[in-house]
Order: sequence, then C-alpha cells, then structure tokens
Amino acid sequence: MVEMNMVQSVNSALDNMLDKDQDVLLFGEDIGYFGGVFRTSDGLQEKFGKHRVFDTPLSEGGIAATAFGMGINGLRPVVEIQFADYIFPAYDQIVNEIAKVRHRSGGEFWCPITIRTPAGGGIRGGHHHSQSPESQFTHTPGLKVVYCSTPYNSKGLLISSIESNDPVIFFEPKRCYRGPFYGDPHNVPTWKNHSEAEVPEEYYKIPLGQGRLALEGDNCTVIAWGTMVHVSERAIIESGISCDLIDLQTLLPWDKDIIIKSVRKTGRCVIVHEAPKTSGFGSELSASIQELCFYNLESPIQRVAGWDTPFPHTTEWDYMPSTSRIIGAIKKTQED
Amino acid sequence: MSRGEEEQIPLYIPDAPHRPGDSSSFEPWKWHPEDLKKPKFDCDANETYEHAVGLVRVLDDNGEALGEWNPNLTLEELKLGLEHMVRLRIFDDRMMKMQRTGKLSFYMQSFGEEGIAIAQTMALNNEDWIFPTYRQPGAQFVRGRDMVSMICHCIGNIEDNVKGRQMPVHYTYKKGRFISISSPVGTQFSQAVGVALASKYKNLNEVTITWIGDGASAEGDYHYGLNFASVFKAPIILNVVNNHWAISTHYNIASGSNNFATRGLAYGIPCFRVDGNDFLALYSVTKWARERAKMGFGATHIEILTYRAGAHSSSDDPSRYRPSNEHEYWPGGDPILRLKEHLIKNSQWTEKEQEELEEKIDEEVITAYKEAVKYGDLANGPYPSSDTIFTEVYESVPWHLQEQWDEMKKWSVE
Ligand SMILES: Cc1ncc(C[n+]2csc(CCOP(=O)(O)OP(=O)(O)O)c2C)c(N)n1
Ligand SMILES: [Mg+2]
Repeated sequence: MVEMNMVQSVNSALDNMLDKDQDVLLFGEDIGYFGGVFRTSDGLQEKFGKHRVFDTPLSEGGIAATAFGMGINGLRPVVEIQFADYIFPAYDQIVNEIAKVRHRSGGEFWCPITIRTPAGGGIRGGHHHSQSPESQFTHTPGLKVVYCSTPYNSKGLLISSIESNDPVIFFEPKRCYRGPFYGDPHNVPTWKNHSEAEVPEEYYKIPLGQGRLALEGDNCTVIAWGTMVHVSERAIIESGISCDLIDLQTLLPWDKDIIIKSVRKTGRCVIVHEAPKTSGFGSELSASIQELCFYNLESPIQRVAGWDTPFPHTTEWDYMPSTSRIIGAIKKTQED
Repeated sequence: MSRGEEEQIPLYIPDAPHRPGDSSSFEPWKWHPEDLKKPKFDCDANETYEHAVGLVRVLDDNGEALGEWNPNLTLEELKLGLEHMVRLRIFDDRMMKMQRTGKLSFYMQSFGEEGIAIAQTMALNNEDWIFPTYRQPGAQFVRGRDMVSMICHCIGNIEDNVKGRQMPVHYTYKKGRFISISSPVGTQFSQAVGVALASKYKNLNEVTITWIGDGASAEGDYHYGLNFASVFKAPIILNVVNNHWAISTHYNIASGSNNFATRGLAYGIPCFRVDGNDFLALYSVTKWARERAKMGFGATHIEILTYRAGAHSSSDDPSRYRPSNEHEYWPGGDPILRLKEHLIKNSQWTEKEQEELEEKIDEEVITAYKEAVKYGDLANGPYPSSDTIFTEVYESVPWHLQEQWDEMKKWSVE
C-alpha cells in the first residue's frame, strides 16, 4: 500500500492494465505526451510507447467512433474525454452505437471500451467545466455507468471497468483529484492520511454493481456518489444524526441489495447528487426505493440536487448541494 | 485476441517536431508579398489553389508593404490598428496578473495573435456579425466596447453583463454584434453559417465572420460549417487560426496534412492562407472576402498562419510540452513589432511615439481596472446575486424553477 491521490490512483490503474493486457490502448486529447490536463496519464506514453498511449485530434465524436471500431475488432481501448461537458459531440456514437452494438448484431459484435471523464463542479469551471451528466447515460440501455469518489475505489473500479466486456462510462469527480471536498471551498484538504488514500500499487478490482457503506448508522440512509459522498459525510457528522452513507460507486447497474438493506433498517432516505434534480439519477433511485421499500418508509424520500439550471460560475456554491442543505434534508426525514 | 505472425508494426502516431529540450526551428518562408494576385470576386474554388498552398503577405521581411494585396490604409487607420493591438497586449498582461492574485478564476491571452481579430474586424462594416472564439476578444475594441465592462465580466463582479454565469473571457457584446462565446470548441463555426443565412434571408447586406482553432477544426462543426456555407452560398468568412497548438497537441495531430487552407477547396469554397502576424495581409484578405460575400458569391475559407506565443490559458504550463522560447523562432515574428517597424520605416512613426502610446494604454488599462474592481472581483466579491442562477434560464420562470429558487433562498451562502 502507498498513499495516493486520485490522479495517482487512476494513473496506477491505467499503468497496471497497460502492463497486463496488450490489447489495452489509451487515447484522447492531450493525454499522450503531456499526460492529460489533469495529469492522470502522466508518464504512461514514455513507459508503454506512443502506439499504446497517444494524443488524438480534438474530436470527441472521432475518439468515441475510433474506440468503437477498435473495440469491435478485438482491442480494449480506454479513452479520455477531457471534461464530461465535452462528451456531447460523442453522444450519438455512445448512445446509438457503442451502447447498442452487442444487441443489434445478435451478440456477434461488442464493444469492451471504457470512456473516462472528469465530471462535477467546485473548480470555478462555469457552465462547461462543471456538469455531471451521469443520468444522460443511465438512461441508455447497454452502458454501464460508474462514478468513483476516492483514490482506493477509483483504481479498483477503473480496473473492473477496463476488464468489462460491456462499454463503461467512468466519471471521475475532478474536485476530488487532489483531495476530498467537504463542502467548504475555503478548506482545501489533500488526501494525506485519509483511509481511502491507502492504495495497493498492484492490480485489484472492486466489482461493478456494488455500493460501499462509507458510514454506518441507524436513523437515515444517505445515498451519494462522486464529490457528494464527502460533502454528505461531513453533513451527517455535523447533523449528529446516525446515518448509513452509501457511496453508490456504480450507477448502472446499481446495488439494489445495499440500498434495500439500509432503507429497511432506517426507514428514511436522502439522495444527494450534483446534477440537476429533474430526471437526475436520484429520481430513478427514489422511485425504485418506494417500489421496493414502501412499507418500511417512515417519511418521504428527500432529494438534494443541483438546481434545474445551467451550472453557474461565480455563484457555484449556491448551486452545489451544501452541507447545510443536506443536513436540512436529513432532519426533514426525521420529522414525520 | 489473435495477432499476425509477422513482426508487429506499431500504429503510426505523429508527434510535434520539437519538444522540451529540443532546439526549435521553422522552415524559412519561401513566400513573398508579390507572389499572389487577387482573384476575381466570383472565382471558382480551384482558381485559389495557389493562394491556399502559398501565403498571402503584404509586409516583407524588411517591413516594406508590397504587392497587389497592399490595402493602402490611411495613416490614421494604421495607427488605430497598432493602438488596438497594443491595447490588447497590455490588457492581457494586466488580466494575467490579476488572475494570479485570484481576482479572476482563469484567463486566456491572445499573445502573438493580436492582429487577427483586430485587422479583420477593421476590414468589416459595423453591421457585420462577429462569431468569435476566446482568442478574438480584440474585435470588441474595434467595435467600441468599454474596457471597464470587459474587465467586469472577467472578474465576475456585479457589473458583469453575463451575470457571473460564464468563465472569464466568455464575452458577449450584442451592441457590437459580437456573439456570446461558448466553451465547447468549434460550435460557433457551424452556427455562424446560420447567422449569415438569416441576414441573407432578411435581405440585409450583412456579412458574418467566424473563427476556429487548428485543434478544433477536427470537430464535426468545422465540416458542417464548410458544407452548409458552400451549399447555400452563405455570406460568410470562415477562418481557421492555425497557431500550431491546441493546448499540448501540435497541429500535425489535428490534421494529417500540414495545410488547413486547402480543405475548403474540396467543398468548393475559395481558399487563402494568410500570414497571421501581418496586419495588412489580414486586413486585405478579409476585405476581399467581404466584397465577395456582399456580391452574393458566397463564402471564403482562410487559414490564418500564426504561432500561439503564450500559454494556452492561465492553467497551462507549455514548458512541459514545447521548447519554451519557440515563438521567438517563428518566421512571422510579432504582429505588433511588424506593423510598428513598417510605420517607422515609412517615417510615419517613431520609437518615442510607440513608447508614448504604450504609456497611454498602460494608464488606460490601470484606470479601467481600478474602476472595474470598485464593483467587486472574484476574490473579494460582491458577486452577482445568486438569483441570477434562476433568471433567463427560460423567458419566464416555470413553477418548478420558482420552487427551487425559493428553496435556494433558504440556504443561500451569501
Ligand atoms: C468540445 C471541446 N472539447 C475540448 C475542450 C477543451 N479545450 C479547450 S481549448 C482546447 C484546445 C483548442 O485548440 P485550438 O482549437 O487550436 O484553439 P487555440 O486554443 O489554439 O486558439 C481544448 C482541447 C473544449 N473546450 N471543447
Ligand atoms: Mg490552436
């Protein structure tokens, strides 16, 4: 085990997989010589060669399409979309092509590719360096959707994603690359001494489809992913209310068992995400939880989410779910 | 998976010609100002082949203005062009300094590319539409935008006309027909064709100009734009600014050919490559393209050949991926120095006047800066009200947003 931040842990996963499987290729904008604008592929071109790790033209549609072609012809490309906000030029390729080729070809072709992309707010990125578009992909049959939150889970989940024979959209919460974010922009901790920053240098996997219990408690189930895991953790501690905190990790297919078990125990639930509330993945979870746990629920499920507006620049702290909003929601579940 | 038995031939992967530690060099230019003639305004695309593989120049290596493309500007116009370029450079320097103190979150300079938007906008009429990228802010000076208001946008204060919603440098200035800048690169290029066609539909004698980077020309939008402009004979000037770099990515990873200009020929659009650091050549080619568009002959495609002298943005450190002084080797030199030297050579300007100009602009920028920070800055506030998150999402506020707006007020961090 060594201490890693999330840039290093992602890099380590890519390093292990390039080493293990010569069908794994890495490509994207600025990821080769430069090692990526967030430095996640730093040193990998030098180590594995230009034909394994390379820069592409600035064309997300081209990147996704090329990955599709390589994927159906036996390779296992791992591509980077520089910011999740810039995944949309690739949307047609992902939604209509990559996601559906296994089904449309009667199982003759499939696309074992991983699309990594930094997502989420908190870096003063304004409209187009802050969005968290996970639900635009959870609404697409054929894709798996993963959202990591810590150095430890980013590595294990990324390796599982790369080994998956289904296409995976892998979101990395960019605000947490160098440290967890607890909702206070003036407090900028690093990953130093964080238990989740102890990461094996060797290959290991965290299975897709499994959530992680980040905190254990009795009175409320809080479900979050990405940066919001850390904001929720702080909110729970500050609320003084005993809660389970579920870091969902994989959004599609999501971990039904961990949620049912927890909600049956607590009878109360808060779902937290950065993306806009309407049609956010919280809506899916909320609907499913009432189907699955209706008789266990003691109070209405609360959603704390980004507003249904574009992501702002100067006022981003009024947009992102704050600890106080999450505390308010947890308390509300205790009222009835 | 199965592999061929032959010894493996790795993929062909291009690279930049020079990386940190290498010494830079560029092929000396073989093009001269008198090489290329002006084509007829109604020319066919293939009549511009020489213009696309050559380089339109007016200023020669000695600062002399030569050849058919010399726009013969008045001294007043020349001085104004020089002044705006100096203005932009000093403005950029000030903004970069302010960025380092946290007064802006981020900044992007036009260093080395100041001439482009300034010369080209000066060659247009005021009713023509400008659809820029983040590297053409200089057009706003030509269209008379108040510098204080530009700074207020960049520092996200209460006077920011886009209300703190966008990152710095994402200007909007409708009064100057300067259309709102968006971060996703390339989108403006195809949209601009629609702007141009709308002018045509309305029977207005307006032309639209737009730009895209060498990097972003790999996006689909570039090709949509060329094709729609060609099919519908849009009154538009389509520019690719080849400044060699897209962040760390050299242009030879943007295109397998080392010429961007000729790409328009395949779409049936006349094409030019122009020296992007030659104010006079830029002006002249743009004027020609405007004339052609106005006469109803349609689009012109221009590669503007230059070098990104500065970092991509305030977040970027180019010493990680290119020789740090590479721009000093660029055969096109510095656009400001070149126009200045031309004027001095013609005894129309002196070093002393240049110094006085720089002092005047420095003063102007400092005064504007002091005025702007009175309305707040990103480090210290005040910021636009958080209500601006909810306004103008739609024409009027629907019920679900109203509910969220009320909810936000309960929790506002202000
Ligand atoms: C669709 C999209 N993908 C990626 C980015 C990130 N990005 C911003 S600028 C840039 C490079 C653009 O280079 P170029 O088009 O050559 O313009 P230049 O910066 O040189 O003016 C990249 C990759 C973006 N803004 N939009
Ligand atoms: Mg460029």
